[in-house]
Amino acid sequence: MSAALDVYTVITVSLGALFFLAGSLGLLRFPDTLTRLHALTKADNLGLGLIVAGLLPQVAAPLAWVGLIAVWLLALLTGATVGQLLAIKVRRAAARTEAKAATDGGHRG
Amino acid sequence: MSEFLLAAAAFVLGTVALGLVRILRGPDDADRMLAAQLLGTGGAAALLLLGVATGDPAVADLALVLTLLAAFASVAFVAGKAGGNDE
Repeated sequence: MSAALDVYTVITVSLGALFFLAGSLGLLRFPDTLTRLHALTKADNLGLGLIVAGLLPQVAAPLAWVGLIAVWLLALLTGATVGQLLAIKVRRAAARTEAKAATDGGHRG
Repeated sequence: MSEFLLAAAAFVLGTVALGLVRILRGPDDADRMLAAQLLGTGGAAALLLLGVATGDPAVADLALVLTLLAAFASVAFVAGKAGGNDE
């Protein structure tokens, strides 16, 4: 039983680490801010979630479970909030730049 | 098992460090903030792995604080630049 749980931990934590690698690569390789935001939230939600899920059989007390899951739930909440806030800011900045370009073009024309 | 968990923690930290190249490149401040956010989450994951590997449950509280501070940093970034000078 213990060996099976160890195998589960190894597989799940490895998958989570892979998602962190994918998130970092996406942050480096994706072309604009909104797509990079997508890569980041994948690492946040799935990477951390898989690592927490893999660690659960390795800790004994139910209280330690609560601590691990609390970290993941907080990361989910903050990831969603920050993602929305940053996306709103990026879109507003883009809209301002476009409006400014249109106004400048109007003055010239 | 604890050797594997330590190796996984080192791997996660390595990928986060790779993501920090985005802070150097930019081009926008929002992109730099994304890399800082990844550092917060990846740091929390590495701390959780270290805590289980060393058998110290208090490290989970550190991970909780790190996640919270990363969120505060991003919220402060958005709120502080709302009427800002990014044009």
